Amino acid sequence: MDLHKLTAHALLEKLKNKEATSEQILADLEKRIEEVDPKVNAYVRRQKSESRGQKTEKQGIPAKSGDSPQFSKGIPVSIKDNICTDGYNTECCSKILAGFKPPYNATVIDKISAAGHGILGLKCNMDEFAFGSSTENSCFGATRNPWDLERVPGGSSGGSAAAVAGDEAIWALGSDTGGSIRQPASFCGIVGLKPTYGRVSRYGLIAFASSLDQIGPLTKDVQDAALLMNIIAGYDPHDSTSIDIPAPDYTQDLINDAKGLKVGIPKEYFVEGLDPEVKAVIEEAISKLKGLGAQFKEVSLPHTEYAVPVYYIIATAEASSNLARFDGVQYGLRAKADGLLDMYKKTRQQGFGDEAKRRILLGTFALSHGYYDAYYLRALKVRTLIKQDFDHVFKDCDCIITPTSPTPAFRAGEKTDDPLKMYLSDIYTISANLAGIPAISFPCGFTKNGLPVGLQILGKPLAEGTLFRMAYTYEQNTAWHTMKPRL
Amino acid sequence: MGIDKKTVEGVAHLARIELDAGELERLSSQLEHILAFIDKLSSLDTDNVAPTSHILPINNVLRKDEPRPSLPIEKVLANAPSKQGSFFSVPKVIE
Repeated sequence: MDLHKLTAHALLEKLKNKEATSEQILADLEKRIEEVDPKVNAYVRRQKSESRGQKTEKQGIPAKSGDSPQFSKGIPVSIKDNICTDGYNTECCSKILAGFKPPYNATVIDKISAAGHGILGLKCNMDEFAFGSSTENSCFGATRNPWDLERVPGGSSGGSAAAVAGDEAIWALGSDTGGSIRQPASFCGIVGLKPTYGRVSRYGLIAFASSLDQIGPLTKDVQDAALLMNIIAGYDPHDSTSIDIPAPDYTQDLINDAKGLKVGIPKEYFVEGLDPEVKAVIEEAISKLKGLGAQFKEVSLPHTEYAVPVYYIIATAEASSNLARFDGVQYGLRAKADGLLDMYKKTRQQGFGDEAKRRILLGTFALSHGYYDAYYLRALKVRTLIKQDFDHVFKDCDCIITPTSPTPAFRAGEKTDDPLKMYLSDIYTISANLAGIPAISFPCGFTKNGLPVGLQILGKPLAEGTLFRMAYTYEQNTAWHTMKPRL
Repeated sequence: MGIDKKTVEGVAHLARIELDAGELERLSSQLEHILAFIDKLSSLDTDNVAPTSHILPINNVLRKDEPRPSLPIEKVLANAPSKQGSFFSVPKVIE
């Protein structure tokens, strides 16, 4: 019946009209995964020895253990491997968390369950601890882009994005610290939203950089993103950085009309380094939105060029502190060693991959005595300047439009030897995390080689509704979101 | 400001990560390259700018001081690489 090709809202309609059951949806999805995932590797396949419990990873599971009737009510959500699922492996695609089965659910998982949906037992592949922009830094092997298997799906939520794009997932959750939802959404031709910092609970999201991390949806269209946000957004007393303001009904913002919306085009984003083909696609999308009533004007975000260096100080400093907990004592890997200190050091040497080591060392350096003021404190100050740039532009703009990434999906292996080159692929997405503002990426065309290009819209804090309205208007008047890769 | 192999060794000790000779060589030169890029921050005048460590105006979030259920010990210990009774077990710390 090809149920796997449909959006969640189309499937919900089918469930309502009794044209399909949740069991049929799951069975169809699993068949699709079996067919195409050996090529894409969007899902993590754990070795038997890495799985200590009895539960099978293959089958769809209810979000709450022992709560199976829930499952047959809904549409399964695919979950990134850094979001805790009670009793089911959650390893951040790192050797150091091999075999880890969380003793509790992340709040978003409980919310999915409460909304009557299940989650898929297989977790989505990712860069180890979300450190990366290509999903090549996974201890379970790289994920490939469904549009071109020689290319990366983006990262770090590359498994979630590739699964949705390849119809191996109906909808999915990822996490975004510097672009990890939006950049893979752009590379894979789907919709990805990073909510306002604090809008979605981080409880149960294994922390990378706590002042930047947000969980968000990756979906086949804008309506599904709004539906999934309705489920996961809201205040959570378990997350002290959660915003205590009720979440609105985001489907109210699915309005096919951009009239009167004032949109800023930041000149600093349309400079050298932006691929000419991507630039042409973006310019065409802007002119389309002009025709649909949005008003554009050029604006300036003068500190844009400092966003990447600021990010790689703040994010690595926070990561070095957050990842101190992986020491071989409470969970995961423990190396054979001579004494406690030796156990810490060997466990962390054997358990962390190269990129994790680089970031922990960089962050530890930036926080260490003698370097703190020159690096960490200075980065926090420049973060203020970046935030002020946005505050200033939002005084007379409703939102800001940019490319999501300066290039389409790059080739596998192209940037793995040069970490800095990899970091620079996040140049357009990082600022939203530093400023804490929401940002969405949605498909707006293809390159001549058939690679998807994503358009990014950034909004004021808590103005996810404006992003949905802009994206929905564009989507309803174009057909890019209906294009499917041949797998 | 640069970073040399000796500094990286010191930082690796602080971060409790053992590095073999090859790793030390490779990571040192990569970190040097990355820090040279990050050094562009020093061109900005930040003397009168307040640092932003957190984007939300949230301070001191407190909850009521009342008992709540916690995770059962066996569930907490289920992931432990080594345990003894109701404790995590680690290599001997005190000589």
